[in-house]
Parts: sequence; structure tokens; C-alpha cells
Amino acid sequence: MATAALETGERETYLNREYGVKSWLLTVDHKRIALLYLMGITFFFFVGGFFALLIRLELLTPAGDLVQADTYNKLFTMHGQVMVFFFLIPAVPAVLGNFLIPIMIGAKDLAFPRINLLSWYLYIIGGLLMVYTILSGGVDTGWTFYTPLSTEFLNTNVVSAALAVFVSGFSSILTGLNFIVTIHRMRAPGMTWNRLPLFVWAHYATSIIQVLGTPVVAIAIVLVALERLFHLGIFNPSLGGDPLLFQHLFWFYSHPAVYIMILPGMGIVSEIVCCFSRKRIFGYKAMALALLGIAVVGFLVWAHHMFVAGISLYAALIFSLLTYFVGVPSAIKVFNWTSTMYKGSIRYQTPMLYAFGFIGLFTIGGLTGLFLACLGIDVHVTDTYFVVAHFHYIMVGGMVMAYLGGMHFWWPKISGKMYPEGWGRLAALLVFVGFNLTFFPQFILGYMGMPRRYWDYSHSPEFQILNVLSTAGATVLAVGYLLPMIYFVWSMRYGKAAPDNPWNAAGLEWMIPSPPSTFNFEEEPVVTWEAYNYDEIKENEEVPVAH
Amino acid sequence: MSEHISSVKLYITIWIALMVGTILTVMAARIDLGVFNPIVALAIASTKAVLVVLFFMHVKYTHEKLTKLVIVTAIFFFLILLALTMADYGTRLWT
Amino acid sequence: MHTSSTATVNHEAHDNPALLHYFATAEQQKDAASLGMWIFLITEIMFFGGMFCAYLVYRYWYFGDFAAGSSSLSLTLGTINTIVLIGSSLTVALAVRCAQVGKKKAIVVNLILTILLGLAFLGIKAKEYKDKFDEHHIPGQASFFLEGHIPRHPDIPVNQRHAQIYFSLYFALTGMHALHMIIGVGLFSFLTWKATQGTFGPGYYTPLENGGLYWHFVDIVWIYLFPLLYLIDRHP
Repeated sequence: MATAALETGERETYLNREYGVKSWLLTVDHKRIALLYLMGITFFFFVGGFFALLIRLELLTPAGDLVQADTYNKLFTMHGQVMVFFFLIPAVPAVLGNFLIPIMIGAKDLAFPRINLLSWYLYIIGGLLMVYTILSGGVDTGWTFYTPLSTEFLNTNVVSAALAVFVSGFSSILTGLNFIVTIHRMRAPGMTWNRLPLFVWAHYATSIIQVLGTPVVAIAIVLVALERLFHLGIFNPSLGGDPLLFQHLFWFYSHPAVYIMILPGMGIVSEIVCCFSRKRIFGYKAMALALLGIAVVGFLVWAHHMFVAGISLYAALIFSLLTYFVGVPSAIKVFNWTSTMYKGSIRYQTPMLYAFGFIGLFTIGGLTGLFLACLGIDVHVTDTYFVVAHFHYIMVGGMVMAYLGGMHFWWPKISGKMYPEGWGRLAALLVFVGFNLTFFPQFILGYMGMPRRYWDYSHSPEFQILNVLSTAGATVLAVGYLLPMIYFVWSMRYGKAAPDNPWNAAGLEWMIPSPPSTFNFEEEPVVTWEAYNYDEIKENEEVPVAH
Repeated sequence: MSEHISSVKLYITIWIALMVGTILTVMAARIDLGVFNPIVALAIASTKAVLVVLFFMHVKYTHEKLTKLVIVTAIFFFLILLALTMADYGTRLWT
Repeated sequence: MHTSSTATVNHEAHDNPALLHYFATAEQQKDAASLGMWIFLITEIMFFGGMFCAYLVYRYWYFGDFAAGSSSLSLTLGTINTIVLIGSSLTVALAVRCAQVGKKKAIVVNLILTILLGLAFLGIKAKEYKDKFDEHHIPGQASFFLEGHIPRHPDIPVNQRHAQIYFSLYFALTGMHALHMIIGVGLFSFLTWKATQGTFGPGYYTPLENGGLYWHFVDIVWIYLFPLLYLIDRHP
């Protein structure tokens, strides 16, 4: 086994192969591009989080006394847009997916490395447009850009916000395209579809949604921009248009978008649960099919966001029924994770704590989605904090916890360093407690009737105590999120050097050094084993290496 | 590469078929077929599209089943967009 | 667990300078590029698809006004444009065929013909747009006015707001299509330049093939746009 030795005697890795800004900004190495994305994702997570903190501060008191009403509209709009388009949608695929998919399938890189770099540049350009939007006064349409408010009645930066979302959407499409072609065409010999890690299956399903759904919201946004610029009436009722048409086109993407956000997280959870239960996944085929099932059925339910907007009752009934169906594959996954853990040898390292959090909180979020699917209930709780709590349970309690779990699980591989496990567990605990304290009261608030997007609730001062609890929780959550940022950076300099396989986990990524060399494998691996072959991996035994 | 190479004759034939289709669709538009006018127009357009896909884009001769699956998937989801949207618009005035 | 010792020794790299290092064989690279282009095309189907959805909704609601708007378009120019574009699809297909059989000069000829036909299409489109401007059929303008009545209903004048929606969709659809044509012409100019350098032959013509796929797709969009925009209720 020959590895290039640098002058210092270090092994050559993707990190030390070349230094300098140009070697990063012009890289086509999927691993470096993943880290470039990590910078952007982290930045926007804090921008979005900052807006959230301002929202929670305002809601501490019933009166609207921290900011103006218009400013409050901008806060929740930009919190939503930044979090959805610049954090949640790209986070797992662009960081962990980019880094791991080629390695997990035994390839040297993605199918189109230069398009991968282009994806990152598009994300950054979209991000800069968003920053410009924020700095030049913000936008207050709500993250959903509903017309005719966005096309006719507002003087804020709707067009630049729309452009930011359009450009970042193009980035998302190219990433999805890259993943689909890579998974179809670049698998190593012996890596059949039935041996793929579920992390790869999850990104395959996600990519299908990305390529089919994103273009529709892209054209919807283009039409909004054209309408604004040329005084057209496509979505404007006073000019003969229908605002609901915008909502149909918008939600045709934005509902599947929530599955773009959650499916990669589900892939992460499958990897973590198997490793920390020392067991194969229960029902591999069902898990893979459930991922595809969620992707497909997820395209059939979009108008459940429009039940009270004025669609026909008959359409609402159809969409309500279809929405119940989409819960089935998700439930299958929760049952299978649980069955995987049954009679497993459970370890409670940080990644597993996040996985536990995901399974519990995603279940609550998902079940409350079924409440909302019921027309009778939806009429009462739509546009209240019940909905806000529902989607935060899935996106924050689910997806963000899965993202953090994945970052901890693969951090040794990515950086070659171990994070401090004690701090990791503390942070996970703070995140879990902080999250529930923030968002559980919001279910109750919504049920009690507190509307969302309201800056002032002085007509109902009885809402205050739950709002105070929620804000307190948000503070704890913020600390929980800050800790990993600090100790990950700390670990890059002071962390223990990571072995190839610190978790004794199954999968090709654990058979190469930490961090990997630039082309991943010395020689193309030939796969002869099934996924999650934990019954073959003995405890405390050196796992045979691929190189 | 063992790619199928179509003959010039085949391409010209398909081109002529597309021309004929164009002329037919203009002629059919000039006749009152009632509710069938749009149906005929779309049928002719779809036939032309299928000819372009199969012969000009070589899908008929590809060894890749995946290409056909990709195309069918896209058409399916496009039709879902149209069908479920029209499920709303078509039933809004029902009592 | 085995590792392969010969799989990555890439003999093909010597024969085919276009082979990128992370692909094992030229065939894998070609298949990947082809699949990539097809997936890009399905994103385009969904992109245009959103506008077709908007068109369907408003044609359902405002059929008469749509028919009136459609009658104001030049059937002659639209038909000529359709014939021009289909011709350009033929020349693209022939260009790819020339590469497959090694007729390198003929590739260039066919590509140039494709570009010329594409430019002809764009020129005719520009003329149509100018006509709409002159006739005050630009939506969103205060001067918009579509004269006349709903076909076969002389007592019902055109609803100006609804007619503007027809023209909004007309310009959005044909404008987006024209933008894709312009990109296509640019793409094919690049391919023509490469062809003049002898880059394409029986061993390597992937960019030509994939460029052709893009061009054919833009042609198919027009094949649908023509009857949907120009042929609404055109019978006496």
C-alpha cells in the first residue's frame, strides 16, 4: 500500500494535498466542496437563528413593543426563507451527501465534479442575493411569497428575494442530478442496489424530488417576478388572475421540499441506529421502498396547505385522503428503526442520542401532521401555532437533530479528529430539552387559538406564560447549538487523532483512512458483503481495510 | 461503442412525417370539430413529439431502459400537476 | 474481502484523451453524460410544465378570450416557424449521424445549418413580437387593447383583463422558449467551433449527441406551444 508522504512525513489527505484559497475555491474534490458548503450552511443557520431569537424576544410580552409590525413581518419571512432555502434544503445533501456518497458506493468522485462546484457557486450567489435582500431592508411577504401581496401590494425587496431562491433552487437541482447519475453509474463492482447503505437510498429518493419539484417553484417565482415588473395579472384577482394558482404551483414543490429536508435525515438515522445497536437494519427492502414511497406520494398531497384558502371542497377531500397515505411509509420507517434496536447492543454515544431524539420527535411531528390532514381539525388550527409546532417538530426536532447526529458520527472521518464525547452528550441533551421547551407549548398555544405571524397578542394575554416558556426554551436550544460549533472547531486543533473506524461501523467509508486521501480509495473496492454486516464485524477487532 | 446508426433515409422520413403532421394540425384547426378540436391538436402534437423522442433522440434504439423510465416518470409527474390542479378548478363551482 | 488489482489500470486513457480519470471506462463516462442530460431535460419538462398548468387553468376559465387572443397571432408566421424548427431538428440529427460515420466536414455543415435555422426562428419570433407591440397587445401596458369579440359571439366583446392573461402567458411561454433557443444557438456555436477542430468522430461525439437532445427538447416544447397558442378555436 503506497501512500504519498509529504515533506513532513504526513500521509497525504484531501485536506493537506494542496493549500491556498485557490485550491479550495477551484476544487472539484467532492470532499472539499462538502466543506465549502458547510461554511455556508453554518453561516445561514446562524442568520436564520438570529431572526428566530428576535421573534421569540418580541413574543415574550403580549404587546408589540420590541419591533414595528412591518419589521416583525420581515423577521418571520426571512427566518423562514433563510432556514428553508439556505439551510434545511441543502444541509444534509450538500455537506454529508457530497462527502459520503462517492465513498459509500466505492467511487473516486461524483459523476460531474465540475457541476458540483457550480452548484456551490450558485448556492453562494443565491446566498449573497439573500444577504443583499436582508441588508437593503428585507422582505415581508411571508416565506411563501403569496400573491397578490407579493406582486402588487408590497414595496420591499420581493424580486431580489425571489431571485435568491431561484438561484439556490438551481443549485439544488444540479446537486440532485449529480447524485442520481452518480448512484446509477458509478457504483463499484459488487455494490448492487440491494447492498447500498440506506443513506445512499435516502439521497437517491431526495434527488428525485429535487429534480422534479424544484423547477415548478422556479417558474412560479419567475412569474411572480414578471408580474411585479410588468404589472401582469396572472395571479392577481383584480386583473382576472387567481392567487390560488400561485399557491398550487408553489406548494407543488414546497410540500415535496419538506421531504427533501427529512429523507436525508432518515438516511443518517438508519446508519447511526445500526451502528449503535450493532445490528443489521430491520427490513432493508421495506426501508428502501419506504424512502421511494415517501418521495412519490409526497408529490400528491400539496393542497393540504390550501384547505382554507378557497380550493373546492372536493379537491380538499382528495388531498386530505392522500395526505393520510403519505404517513404510512414514514410510520414503517419508525417501526423498523425500533425493531432494529430491539435486542440490539445499544450504545449511547452522541450520534445515537441525536438518533433517539429524531425518532421520538419526528414521530410526534408526523402524527400531528395527521391531525392537520383532517379537514375538520385543520379548519381550527391552520395558521395557528399548532402548525408552527408541527413543522418545527419535524424540521428541527427531526432534521436538525439528524444533521447534528450525522455531523458527530462522521466528524472523525471528515476531520480526522475526535470531538469531546462528554461535551457532545451535554449539547445533545441541551438541544433535546431546549427544543421541547420551545415547541411543545406552541402546540397548546395553537390549540388555544393563538394565530401565527402575529406580532401582538394583547387581546389574549393568557397566551403569555406559554410564550415565555417557549422563549426560555429557545435560549437553551441556542446554547445547545453553539456548543458543537465551538468544540468542532476546537477539535480540529486539539482533538484526539481519529482512527479509521472509531465506531467499529460497517460501510466503505470506515474502511479508508480518517481523513480520506483525495481519490478516496487506493484501488477500486470490490464489494462482496451485504450492507450493515454487523454480525460479521466482531467487537474490538480491527476491521479489514479496503486499501 | 455499439450504437445504432440510423440511415439518412429514416431521418428524412421522420422529418416528412413531422411536416405532414404540422400541415394536418393547421388544417384540422380550420374545421369545426367541436370539443374534439383540442383533442385532435394535442393528439397530433403528441404523435410528433413521440417521433422526435424515438427517432431523433434515439430512444427507440437505446439499450438503456433507464432512459425510458426517466421520461415516463417526468410525464407522470407533469400529468399529476395538471390533473390534481384541475381537480380543484374543475370542481370549484360544484355545490 | 477482496480488492481488485487491475480494475483501475486505465488502458483507455491512452486511446481516449477525453476520458476523465474518475471514470473506469469511456462507455461509463458516455452513459453518465447521457443520463445527466436526460435528467436535465426532465427538469425542463417540469419548468415549462408549471406554465402549461397556468395555461390550462386560464384556458378553462377564459376560453373565449383566449380564442380571441389566439386569432390575433399570425398563423402564417407560426406555421413557418414550426417548419423551420423541425428542419433544424433534422439537421441536428444528421450532424450526429455524420459524427457516427466519420464525415467530419459534413458535421460542420449540418451544425451551421442548425444555427441558421435557429436564428431564422428567432428572427421571425422577433417580428411577431414587434407586431404585438404595434397592435397594442402587450399585457400590463395602459395602452393594451384587443379589439373584437369572442369568436362566433358578436354580442360579447373581448374582456380586456382576461385577454391580457392570454398574452401574459403567450409572452411568458414563447419568451422562455426563445431564451432556451438563444442558449441553444450559443451552445451549438461552441459545438461548431469544436467540430471545425476535428474533435468529433465515431469514437467520441457525446457533446454533439447531448447538445442534440437539448435542441430536440426545445423543438418538442414548440410542437406543443404552436397548437396551444396559435390554433385555439380557429375555425369559422
